[in-house]
Amino acid sequence: MTLATKARPPGAYLDHAATTPMRREAVAAMLPHLEERFANPSGLHAASRAARRALDEARDGLSASLGCEPGEVVLTSGGTESDNLAVLGVAGRRGGTVVVSAVEHRAVLRPAASVGARVVPVGADGRIDVAALAALLDPGVSLVSVMLVNSEVGVVQPVGDVVAAVRRLAPGALVHCDAVQGVLWCDVAALTAGCDLVSVSAHKFGGPKGVGALVVRDRAAGALTPLLTGGGQERELRAGTENVAGAVAMAAAARLTVAERRTTVARVGALRDQFVDGVLAGAPGAAEPAPRALRVAGSAHLRFPGVDAEELLFLLDAEGVAASTGSACASGARDPSHVLLAMGWAPAEARQAVRFTLGPTTTLEEVEYATRAVLGALGRLGARNQLGD
Amino acid sequence: MRVLVAMSGGVDSSVAASLLHEQGHEVVGATLKLWSGAGDSGCCSVADVADARRVADQLGIDHHVFNFTEEFETSVVGPYVAAHAAGRTPNPCVECNRHLKFRRLLDRALRLGFDAVATGHHARVDHDASGRPQLLRGADAAKDQSYVLSVLGAGELERLLLPVGVLTKAEVRAAAAERGLHTAAKPDSQDVCFVASRTSGAGRASFLAERIELHPGRVVDARSGAPLGTVEAVELVTVGQRRGLGIASGGRPGARSYALAVDVASRTVLVGAEDELLTEAVRLAERTWVHEALPPGTEVLVQASAHGRARPAALDGDGVRFVAPERRVAPGQLVACYRGDAVVGSGVAC
Repeated sequence: MTLATKARPPGAYLDHAATTPMRREAVAAMLPHLEERFANPSGLHAASRAARRALDEARDGLSASLGCEPGEVVLTSGGTESDNLAVLGVAGRRGGTVVVSAVEHRAVLRPAASVGARVVPVGADGRIDVAALAALLDPGVSLVSVMLVNSEVGVVQPVGDVVAAVRRLAPGALVHCDAVQGVLWCDVAALTAGCDLVSVSAHKFGGPKGVGALVVRDRAAGALTPLLTGGGQERELRAGTENVAGAVAMAAAARLTVAERRTTVARVGALRDQFVDGVLAGAPGAAEPAPRALRVAGSAHLRFPGVDAEELLFLLDAEGVAASTGSACASGARDPSHVLLAMGWAPAEARQAVRFTLGPTTTLEEVEYATRAVLGALGRLGARNQLGD
Repeated sequence: MRVLVAMSGGVDSSVAASLLHEQGHEVVGATLKLWSGAGDSGCCSVADVADARRVADQLGIDHHVFNFTEEFETSVVGPYVAAHAAGRTPNPCVECNRHLKFRRLLDRALRLGFDAVATGHHARVDHDASGRPQLLRGADAAKDQSYVLSVLGAGELERLLLPVGVLTKAEVRAAAAERGLHTAAKPDSQDVCFVASRTSGAGRASFLAERIELHPGRVVDARSGAPLGTVEAVELVTVGQRRGLGIASGGRPGARSYALAVDVASRTVLVGAEDELLTEAVRLAERTWVHEALPPGTEVLVQASAHGRARPAALDGDGVRFVAPERRVAPGQLVACYRGDAVVGSGVAC
């Protein structure tokens, strides 16, 4: 039996927080390292030296984009591994108490829960409650982990305030920032300058899946125990033959992303505003629960009272519009978002929220198409709701 | 027609989707996420969803996962636990069909623009002489599932397709194998999905013990009142049960002892001989009718468990009256009423 393919309507891809298409430059940068320059960088011959040089240059480039020293970049398999290494690495080497915000990605929350972490609440706007954090800090705290940009509602966290509170009240603690959702939209180098550990993932900014990095500042290097041991790569913090092609592509994507960030933010922010305003104007009752001013330019997070988000997404999918509720589990089912619950939403309200995330490649045509598709689907659900009653 | 097929990841619903697709319907598959048990990743069986998705890919149809965990908890698990706490013997699969598969899912399907819902149940939907929809037993008597669908009314049957009901289980497996479906050789599923994931036997007790307090009970001779033994959990005793009643020497000489009644309030199980288990009638609550209510006196066949024997009876004012005395039906069990092969209605034994 053959796999059938099906013609799709034009559509719109509004799920960039899930992943982004690879930049052409990043694809071009990685291909030679999959083909002729394939050698293992740890070897003793000329081909290996070439691979090592490519890896070193990628590390240089990435460190410039992230505002750290090349030696502080630990290459990983992506955001989840970086987050796990930060949390379990510090907890494993230092013990002590781990403190995380309630709206972290599960790649932080689950390892943190496994070491009995304290959880800091967030306000209704989705931002971490720094006063509540301060109340949980004491000299026994070894790690505080707070994300830069929330993956569901797009809210930028006050990482600088977090760092200041930690230095004052738990001076021995390290600060980890999961910046996976920040690279496209924020000056990660500046905003995480005070952090000891920073996670990024290439596929969130036009790089390939399966590669990421944990910035481990020199002052924190001895504070982590590795998750993977073996060949001693990555300063003994992450064994395994380096993903040279992935690292090269990640560095290329990061360099271009950072260089273009201001114009991207301005252009995509305007498209986002047009999309959100268009939907809100055509769908009375729809609301934008987290303040737009606190959110990154690509984030359009909306709640549609009386509408089951699962049904709205179904109809949008049929129209070729890709969006999300923000938290899909391995089975593909959508659970009520732990982020929205932490922001004080009732589970029934959380089931009415849809996450649209624009990206650097989003076009005006996509936004116009998606606006019509959302309003059309809402109309059909509303009409059928009434007919069904 | 646009048809939404509930695909569990098993072979029956795989073949159902395949047949409808071949008949030219516009088919979309949906797997219901019903249960997220403790100790797993918080998801339904990822493997079952993957199986459904693989089959959908083979057929070239879209596949979605619908999260009905909250409704499942409210409409199925909660009442299941409450029924046990009250000493009844609930049938969660029936409640799942009643509330989720054929109310919640059908409502959603219609909202999403579908004309009908299909499942892989072994039963048939047909039309009677006057053109009204009716639910008939499946072609494979040993696999017939009309009992668990007997709570449906004509309005739901009108929108329901059961494509494998005309096939035997062997024919379903052959059809799956012929088409190279990923699930062709997959074993049949367990009955109570949210309990079966645990080790059998002790599964139900440990599941309930996490949710309600289980109480030891006295086992008492129904006639003499003499104490005969004890059970660990009176909430787990089912009327009609013979084993596990903790009766040391078999109670009365020469008689096998059955649970005749369970009284949770006094933590007592009354036991007696088989003839004391017999009853003439079953009172029913939550009665449903496929069409209009039939008058008392109507002759029916009564089935009181998923693969139980159909027993001749007649409808009476508040339930059914057997033609000849039958073993009593455990309170909480579904009673399905048939005329011939056609379901006419149902009720829950009081």
